[in-house]
Amino acid sequence: MSDIITIVVAKYNYWLYIILMMIGLYAMIAKNNLVKKLVGMNIFQTAIILFYVSIGYKKDATIPIIENAHGGHGNTAHAIHAADYINPLPHVLMLTAIVVSVATLGVALALAVKIYQRYQTLEEDEIRMRLTENRLAENNK
Amino acid sequence: MMTNTVYPALVVIAPLLTALFCSGFSWVEKRICYPVAGAGLLVATYSAFRVLLEVLAEGTVQYRMAGWAPPFGIEFRIDLLNALVLLVVAAISLVNLVASHRFVIRDMDDRSGTFYAIYLLFVTGLLGVVATGDLFNLYVLLEITSLTSYAQIAMGDPDRGPLASLNYVFIGVIGASFYLLGVGYIYIKTGSLNMVDVASILPALQDSSAILIAFIFCMIGVWIKMALFPLHIWLPNAYTYAPLPASRVIAPLMTKVMVYVMIRLMLTVFGLDYIFEKLDIAKAVVWLSTAAILAGGVMALAQRDIKKMAAYIIVSEIGYMVGGAWLGNKIGMTGSILHIMNDAVMTFALFLAAGNLAFKLGDVRFKNLENSFAKMPWTMTGFVLAGFSIIGVPPTCGFFSKWYLVLGGIEAGAYHFVAALIISSLICAVLFFRIFEIGFFSGESHGRDHGHSAGPEMAEAPVSMLIPLGITSIFLIGLGLYSGVIVNRIIHPFLG
Repeated sequence: MSDIITIVVAKYNYWLYIILMMIGLYAMIAKNNLVKKLVGMNIFQTAIILFYVSIGYKKDATIPIIENAHGGHGNTAHAIHAADYINPLPHVLMLTAIVVSVATLGVALALAVKIYQRYQTLEEDEIRMRLTENRLAENNK
Repeated sequence: MMTNTVYPALVVIAPLLTALFCSGFSWVEKRICYPVAGAGLLVATYSAFRVLLEVLAEGTVQYRMAGWAPPFGIEFRIDLLNALVLLVVAAISLVNLVASHRFVIRDMDDRSGTFYAIYLLFVTGLLGVVATGDLFNLYVLLEITSLTSYAQIAMGDPDRGPLASLNYVFIGVIGASFYLLGVGYIYIKTGSLNMVDVASILPALQDSSAILIAFIFCMIGVWIKMALFPLHIWLPNAYTYAPLPASRVIAPLMTKVMVYVMIRLMLTVFGLDYIFEKLDIAKAVVWLSTAAILAGGVMALAQRDIKKMAAYIIVSEIGYMVGGAWLGNKIGMTGSILHIMNDAVMTFALFLAAGNLAFKLGDVRFKNLENSFAKMPWTMTGFVLAGFSIIGVPPTCGFFSKWYLVLGGIEAGAYHFVAALIISSLICAVLFFRIFEIGFFSGESHGRDHGHSAGPEMAEAPVSMLIPLGITSIFLIGLGLYSGVIVNRIIHPFLG
């Protein structure tokens, strides 16, 4: 039992992202309301952003701006250790991924508005019912 | 080798810049958008052609963005495989632009500037996905492609379009996120995102479970995006309810580019040794693609609308290409790569013909097609050629790639796959001859019953739509006749 706790605590960031991702995925699959599904989608994408951000992190490291890069003379100048700075690349990648997820959410919300204007509802089962009615009416014509 | 030419970048930049121009100028003067979009795609097609010539002459071409050397900078790395796919994508989107002009004027004149801008961005994304040599860059361009295709699909049928598009958004996001997660695991283990660089580090990490997870995530992500059965549920509605100018380019290209991404990941990033010797899943994937071929065919039989039928045929064709790539031999892979090109051209021809029919008849449900051979002889000629190619009748290109796939299946001992290919040909024959029968005979007997002696009036689609269909139909046969040259000059040197 204590082994499991150590494993979970040692890598809590990964556990957190998996839990968040599953919450998002659950909402996307199981929720009936389209906006709830969109929220689930956003949680899902955020979980992956969290995963990327956490892989760049190092213990006791600081932001990747090199100290004394220009003003270092004499004994104040020292060698640069990669371990002193967190890895900026995953964070930079996530700036792009955030833009992508915002854009996706924007497009999806615009679609939800269009659907609402058409069907006056955002509940998926009601929309589906309306569609079946339409199809039956068309076949009877 | 490092290249000094700008063509690899120009392929992607030209449509991107013209997209910006179109979205800006649509406020001032809408009519300028069409020629500008045409010019952008013409430049892209010419550049893709020049890149292909260069790759044929000198081998792999690299273009370093802003001069940063890989693996730190992003490079466009173009070898024989993506040079071929680039040319196919650029040429098809150019031809479709010309063919769709009348459609856009008729159906969405008020939104034409927006449409052209989104269309060009979509093509930019596709070309970028094909050209790039960087795993994360591929994700971003993939999302550009997906976002623009969501928008294009929503412009279609006001009843069902937005709903189909939103369902596609949900599933597309899951697919892209899985791919992104896979790339994250690759990055954790290798510290690199450049495909070639990653490939040089991976052999030492073959036993890592993180790499296994990365591989599974990448593959499932790509399979969702390409609609491999049973992950295909978003595709039929999305492609059916999209406006025809958009679905004609999304349907043939989007799935095919995703097959290219899968093959690129298999060949260049993970390597065949890892996939076929370390992992024991190739047989299962071939079974899955066998199921895809049969399920796509059977579901296509149930449709009463050409667009929806074509969408299910695509589900079936995806099974061909995935199965061919996973057979694990050179002939199967050759067939798979050849089928990327052939299937893009023949599905495009089918959708072009369906577009011409829809332009004149309103929609393409089977019951509207009566007498279509007499009314629109040229369109139906193109339709017959596209149908023959999808069935796999010899002089057309569809036969040759199917031939390679069958040979590959026999060599690998995957007889269920071979049987599925042949059954699928039969199903396609039923599908198309059913339409030919409606188009040829049902209207005629109908007319005789009512005592009309004169045949129906010719009502052919406009010339600007017929010429693209004609060119594509010629290519259906031309690519078939020259498939030996393509295999010997391009695909075999690439596979080595």
